[in-house]
Amino acid sequence: MAAPLLETRNLSMRFGGVQPVRSVNFSLAEGELRCLIGPNGAGKSTFFKMLTGQLVPSEGQVLFRGQDISHAYAHQIARLGIGIKTQVPSVFDGLSVRENIWLAANRIHSRERAGNVVDEMLERLGLTGVAERLVGQLAHGQRQWVELGIVLSTDPELILLDEPAAGMTYDEVHKTAQLVREINRSKALIVVEHDMQFIRMIAKQVTVFNQGCVLVEDAVENILRNPLVRDIYLGKQAAA
Amino acid sequence: MNARVLNFLGLGLVGIVGVAFLILTPRLAELDTVLDLTVYMIMAILALSLALIWGYGGILCFGQSAFFGLGAYTYAIAMFNLGESTIPLLLAIALPAAFAALLGYFMFYGRISDVYLGVITLTVTLILFNSVNSTAGPEFHIGVARLGGFNGIPGIPPLNYPGNKAAVIDLEGMFYLSTAALLATYFGLRLLLASRFGRIIVGIRENERRAELLGYDPRAYKLATFTIGGALAGFAGCLFANWGNFVSPTIFGLAQSAQIIIWVIVGGRGTLIGPIVGCIGVQWLSAALGANQPSGSDWWARILANVPLILGIILVAFVLLVPKGLVPTLGEFGLWLVRSRARRVATGLKPKQAEKG
Repeated sequence: MAAPLLETRNLSMRFGGVQPVRSVNFSLAEGELRCLIGPNGAGKSTFFKMLTGQLVPSEGQVLFRGQDISHAYAHQIARLGIGIKTQVPSVFDGLSVRENIWLAANRIHSRERAGNVVDEMLERLGLTGVAERLVGQLAHGQRQWVELGIVLSTDPELILLDEPAAGMTYDEVHKTAQLVREINRSKALIVVEHDMQFIRMIAKQVTVFNQGCVLVEDAVENILRNPLVRDIYLGKQAAA
Repeated sequence: MNARVLNFLGLGLVGIVGVAFLILTPRLAELDTVLDLTVYMIMAILALSLALIWGYGGILCFGQSAFFGLGAYTYAIAMFNLGESTIPLLLAIALPAAFAALLGYFMFYGRISDVYLGVITLTVTLILFNSVNSTAGPEFHIGVARLGGFNGIPGIPPLNYPGNKAAVIDLEGMFYLSTAALLATYFGLRLLLASRFGRIIVGIRENERRAELLGYDPRAYKLATFTIGGALAGFAGCLFANWGNFVSPTIFGLAQSAQIIIWVIVGGRGTLIGPIVGCIGVQWLSAALGANQPSGSDWWARILANVPLILGIILVAFVLLVPKGLVPTLGEFGLWLVRSRARRVATGLKPKQAEKG
């Protein structure tokens, strides 16, 4: 078996007495698309923060292409090729859509090339019409797209998406699922999502987090049938 | 008419007004007016240094006067020791820049948060104030230059043309130099802000975490911005020491450092022309109020003559009523006027056509 693109070994995070992530062993193959599900507080976002250098793990290691990045700075990890779309869209609100995308494209492209890349990305995400608007003035769904555009424009090897479909209309969810599949043709992705419909649209393999641990890891059909998963997660949602 | 054209027109307008002011003022105004205007120009460079690091870099530096004062003192001390002004001028830029770099290194790489950054920079300038203030004795000297403590350093030799000690720049020359320096600073910063570096520092101001997750190291960019701001403030300090041939520790004091912040708040953060306008306006007002010492005992005259009080009121008024500052608010108002006019015209035309134009 080929070496994994991303691997965590006994990855743990502790804040005082709270331990949102406990000894997680996770592995993602080159070009894989993995969904991460689990109830609120299961440790998914903390897990993402450790992968991207926003939090330094209390214990364990994160390996990206075999290189230990557990103690690397966020900007160094970004340069190695991990991009993240955060749960609450993290964009440059006071700048135009074009400037947002440019800031990302500029990091990897020359001055001449960056302009073209920005135009292509705006086109691809259907944002050309609002290119000169300030991102802070856009609707929530569009801001999500802007952030996705930012992440894609740095051309990362691995893309982490934290609830990409949250707060989107049904049409937007569909469009996002399509885009995720399209991105997966050339990149590896980890997607945290609550929306089971969305997961059905995109996923093959699913990892379930519960109370900071990996509960189970299986193909999406089996996960949906798994009574344990229903109990801790789907059952709760159905009941709610 | 799009933003780019407006931008270009604005630049042209500033250039024309600036050059006309530079050429015409000494021909039309009395010498003492020219002298007053010179110090406004110098202070406007100082205002621009904070406009860069606070307005664009998002770094609230409460102690910009530290670099200003260091520039002034460095020039004075080097000038007494060397006698020729080229190296003192360069030192007055380099030393504050180096100090800013050192201070900035500990603040940014130590991940000091915004509020503490303001506190630290204010403390630094007050420490400098107190230290220099207590160097009155003859034992405090650097080379032949006595620091003079609270008395300051009088009789600082003026700048000369590079390499020629005898060719001293006179008062009118100082006006030309200061105004030209202000214009050069303004256009230089415009270039800087239009560059990759400038766009990235604005991105970091908008969302530091996002910039980091895209692969930019905010610490390095902030440090560079802070250092450039320190160098500019030092340069302004050098010109200031020249203007009055005098420097004293009050240059590091609370009043001075607060004033710089007031200029930027009044004029508007996120613009360059704003802080220049704010600086000149506030200084002109202070001078006008200070000059009208009340002859009678009218209570309002006594209040008006209390310059710090008036400045405080202006600051509070702007923070509460015009939080964006003069220039951005006027700009928005102007844009609103243009747009509403365009809308009125457009309703008379075919609406689709107006959209595209």
